[in-house]
Amino acid sequence: MSAEFATSRMETAPASTGARLLDLAERHRVLLAGIFLLVFPLVLPFHALAIVILTYGLYALGFNLLFGYLGLLSFGHAALFGGGAYLCGISLVHFGAPWWLGILAGTLGGVLIATLIGSLAIRTRGIYFAMVTLALAQCVYYLFYQAVDWTGGENGLRLPSVTAISPFGIPLNFVDPLTRYYVVAAFVFASLFFLSRILASPFGAVIEGIRENEARARACGYDVTRTRLVAFVLSGAFCGLAGALQALHLAIVPVEMLAIETSGLAVMMCLLGGMGTFFGPFVGAAVFLILENLVSVYTVHWQLVVGVVFIVCVLFFPRGIWGSILHWSRR
Amino acid sequence: MLAGLTPDLIALQLFTGLALGAVYVLLSIGLSLIFGMLTVVNFAHGAFYMIGAYIGLYALSIGANFWVALLVVPVAVGLVGLAVERVLIRPLYGRGIDYPLLLTFGLGYVMIEVVRIIFGRTGYPFDTPELLQGAVDIWVGYFPLYRLFIIAATAVVLAGLYLFLEKTSFGLIIRAGARDPQIVRILGVDVSKVWLIVFGIGTGIAGLAGLLAAPLQGVAPEMGATILAEAFVVTVVGGMGSLLGAVLAGLLVGVVVSMTSLFAPEMAKVSIFALMAVVLLVRPQGFFGRAGLMS
Repeated sequence: MSAEFATSRMETAPASTGARLLDLAERHRVLLAGIFLLVFPLVLPFHALAIVILTYGLYALGFNLLFGYLGLLSFGHAALFGGGAYLCGISLVHFGAPWWLGILAGTLGGVLIATLIGSLAIRTRGIYFAMVTLALAQCVYYLFYQAVDWTGGENGLRLPSVTAISPFGIPLNFVDPLTRYYVVAAFVFASLFFLSRILASPFGAVIEGIRENEARARACGYDVTRTRLVAFVLSGAFCGLAGALQALHLAIVPVEMLAIETSGLAVMMCLLGGMGTFFGPFVGAAVFLILENLVSVYTVHWQLVVGVVFIVCVLFFPRGIWGSILHWSRR
Repeated sequence: MLAGLTPDLIALQLFTGLALGAVYVLLSIGLSLIFGMLTVVNFAHGAFYMIGAYIGLYALSIGANFWVALLVVPVAVGLVGLAVERVLIRPLYGRGIDYPLLLTFGLGYVMIEVVRIIFGRTGYPFDTPELLQGAVDIWVGYFPLYRLFIIAATAVVLAGLYLFLEKTSFGLIIRAGARDPQIVRILGVDVSKVWLIVFGIGTGIAGLAGLLAAPLQGVAPEMGATILAEAFVVTVVGGMGSLLGAVLAGLLVGVVVSMTSLFAPEMAKVSIFALMAVVLLVRPQGFFGRAGLMS
């Protein structure tokens, strides 16, 4: 992306208390995220919605790693999210796998599909990348749609509902929404920690270096193509995990999870929250889903609102909500 | 299973593929034209295709005949395109290549939902015009006249576009602008006006494609979404920004789809993506793409 998004991670002298607080928040971002995840269900008493915000936020987080930090715009992330959900579902339905193996299968499924799509799409760049990922995701959609015996085709894949789980020998009631929320939140927290480590590592610096100036990164001796592929695969792991959690939560994988609209959802949430920012995807997912719940009460034409928000964000609000907060506080 | 396959049947299927490919050609030539000039990938192209079909449907419902609709639809859709470029896309020039793409993606949502509000969520059948019903003998067998008409109409549009781009002074400006807008601007040409008109032409052709395809598959708000992915495949295979590439790849993709639906129907949907994968592996810039456009 262009340089204007670089400000979020640039070391500038904090001018005000607000800016100092935000810098502190950025430095202890994982700790902050952990505290937030703990108190979030108290702020938002609709626990089913809170869980969906977390799974979509994780999905947008995976997308953000690629778009916000690396600058590659993919319109095919539904294949990673939906693919992860389907592989989790298939392992539960057809192989009788326990829930944790389903999550593992979903994550690895995201990795596998990301490797396949990534190694093809990475051969193109810029504007082509968005088109090729969109087309390949459509291909994945058809493949899962037609494999009716495995996926249930148009009707989606119904999962056996997971009622009781016992991670590390601790028995938990998975039907209770709050317990379920904290199980999902644990995975999200682990992902945020992992992402934070990736971004703080030399590899993370290379990723952002490529976004800022590809030619220079290449001249410095970094393997740009391979870095892109690795980032795509990592993104696939996050999205696959998000899909698997979503599948366990909803106990069904609708085929729409693989549709173009789902790819657009990741773009939308990321754009709304602030691309290339650590908390942006979750802010975007929360605002988007809460808005959806509110608007759907009044009208069935929710898609119209989505489109308008999209256009307004691109035209007037490209930094997104969290990105703008960071920008204004540092000015 | 292959016993019923005569050379005649394969030849007929080839023609079916060309008719399908003609629709792809019209869509991707508009995409390529717009990209070549504006470096904008129009993600709302499928939505323009869809409103073309709906405007045609509306024109027929208020008493116009199909031939009038053939003239009215590209003009009406092109006018919508002009408004979109002027109001929404123009502020984004110079702000990075991803922004127009994101904007047109959102615009696609809006257009689909507006059509749903006006015409309802369910689709409509679209009658083949009376004059073009039935089949004609094309030596290898009887072939639906309407599909033949699609091929002919596409040829006329392509010939017109060729003459416009190669033989008129405005076409000269367009070709020069695609090469180097900076120089054209220095020479005193209002490039933004050229871009505006190119966007109008590209979307107008997409609208015409929607109208032409309507009798084959009916009209529905979602009709543009799936064909957009297929048009992208055509554009990637042919090479972004190349009009000749769009034509050849469009016909090739159409034939590949119709041939796989004959020999392996379950693979028909996936075959073109396999074709794209092969092209990406062997020649990532597409048949006629310039390697420089990739970055």
